[in-house]
Amino acid sequence: MTIIDRSSTGTDLTLSGVVADYGAKERVGFFTDTSICIGCKACEVACKEWNDVPEDGLNFLGHSYDNTGQLSADTWRHVAFVERPEPEGGLKWLMSSDVCKHCTSAGCLEVCPTGALFRTEFDTVVVQEDVCNGCGYCVSACPFGVIDQRKGDGRVWKCTLCYDRVKGGHTPACAQACPTQSIQFGPLEELRARAAERVSTLQAAGDTRARLYGDDPSDGVRGFGAFFLLMDEPEVYGLPPDPVSPTRDLPDMWRTAAVAAVSMLGLAAATLLPGGRR
Amino acid sequence: MPKERVLVPEATPMSYYGQPILKPPTWKWPIPAYLFTGGLAAGSALAAAGLRTGGARSAARDASLLSMGAVAVSGAFLVHDLGRPSRFYNMLRVFKPTSPMSVGTWIFSAFSAATGAAVAAEVGKAAGVLPDPLAATVSRAGQVAAAVIAPALGTYTAVLIADTSVPAWKEAHRQLPPLFAASATAAGAGAVVALTTLTSGTVPAGPARMAVAGAVAELACDEAMHRRLESVETGDLAHPDLASPYQEGKARTLHRAARLTTLAGVAMTALGGLVGRRRPALAVLGGTGLAAGSALTRFAIFEAGRASAINPVYTAGPQRRRLGQGVAGHRP
Repeated sequence: MTIIDRSSTGTDLTLSGVVADYGAKERVGFFTDTSICIGCKACEVACKEWNDVPEDGLNFLGHSYDNTGQLSADTWRHVAFVERPEPEGGLKWLMSSDVCKHCTSAGCLEVCPTGALFRTEFDTVVVQEDVCNGCGYCVSACPFGVIDQRKGDGRVWKCTLCYDRVKGGHTPACAQACPTQSIQFGPLEELRARAAERVSTLQAAGDTRARLYGDDPSDGVRGFGAFFLLMDEPEVYGLPPDPVSPTRDLPDMWRTAAVAAVSMLGLAAATLLPGGRR
Repeated sequence: MPKERVLVPEATPMSYYGQPILKPPTWKWPIPAYLFTGGLAAGSALAAAGLRTGGARSAARDASLLSMGAVAVSGAFLVHDLGRPSRFYNMLRVFKPTSPMSVGTWIFSAFSAATGAAVAAEVGKAAGVLPDPLAATVSRAGQVAAAVIAPALGTYTAVLIADTSVPAWKEAHRQLPPLFAASATAAGAGAVVALTTLTSGTVPAGPARMAVAGAVAELACDEAMHRRLESVETGDLAHPDLASPYQEGKARTLHRAARLTTLAGVAMTALGGLVGRRRPALAVLGGTGLAAGSALTRFAIFEAGRASAINPVYTAGPQRRRLGQGVAGHRP
């Protein structure tokens, strides 16, 4: 068995940066180009159909055409509808299909105490529903509010980047269903190159607010496996502007806790031992 | 010259229909309750070992019983809060240093075993099953081992909640571990003061000193945490910084109650057991107050964390400022 060192990409901090080779494949992901999203929600529907995701309420939110609201245990693709007033008057209508980011440094996976969350051979992040015991730690760890607990089920659920389809050499359901190629699936490196070209085209055409979100491997989560081309600030779409994996500061936290623990022992010894008699 | 006045409406950070960016913690009341009972178990285990070293075996046994009770209740809280309680044992599949909950599971298990051994030996002796040289050795070894693990049990929970994306917890990741250590010390020693005074009629001096010192440290660490959170600004007028969640709603009430209760506990424990003649009734009240103050502190932190997670201003505001972009603009 060969051992591959992933410490350079930080994909698995669990075992001193070294993981067994389980047949690693080229990293795949999504490039969601929101500039050509038409808000048809075919991705939401295809995802639910393929992954057998339960219905999660037929609501009227009054938020433009968005009646799903947000990503949740039962919504793994969510189309956001933003009605942005323009400085020169009128509205700009922005649509964007949100999804799990499949972070390089994935907080959910790192804090999972059971090993239910794991990294696949395609470098995607997936929950094993037969292992998850519903502790909820990943829910608070995720800097994007993606993963959540399913009511009445107790376990957590999120996008698997259609692990089953990808294993079989197919395109994930959402990307397959997308009629405008707003959702593109493929090897991550290829997608990044395509995205860089697309954003410069848009910038040149005068869309100065167009920007890539999550394409930079040096960001707080070391790059997304599913990144975006946005037409405004991330917060406008309900996305955090500078997401950071909580475990980035974990070594510092353990050090602080060790100092606190030793102080606790010291304080107990200093107060108890001189007057041990009572 | 007229005084300056604001002519432009205050900008607030943009959001998606005011919706939260993060998911609120799924954890319910058993988790903050465990933050308290876990600390109580740790603090009382230290007090037990101290009493035992000083030769007070029966007081040490009572303290160990208290610690064991707190651990048992803790276990029940932790399992009850799982989405799938019947799968609690899946926590024991792995050991992951990147998961404070996994590390904590093993700390908790080791601590339970040590305290359990100490208590079993003492119960065995009382029941006439285990003769004394052996019972004494086992209970002493168990108490010492529990005391060695106790500081880890009392502090890992701070790392557990700090290692999240919840703004009011994450941004206090350097202040939470000392606060939790101090709070556990105050709670455990305070409860032991109350218990020992009740069972023996005498106020134990060592635990009383430990409880007061722990509670003073708790108040100081709490202040340090608030100063740190105040320094993390959001750019929003109504919610200017990450200490703001403590100024509203449940967290505000709990936090004020925690400070008052702990202060009263310090005064009563000191007057009852350390200053002047001993006043057992006051010491019992004081020790109980310190434990209650610790519990309120944990619930205040929990509620503030929840409040900080559901308001997108606390998530996006500090991130924007970190990027050096200030406030993004405003929605008319």
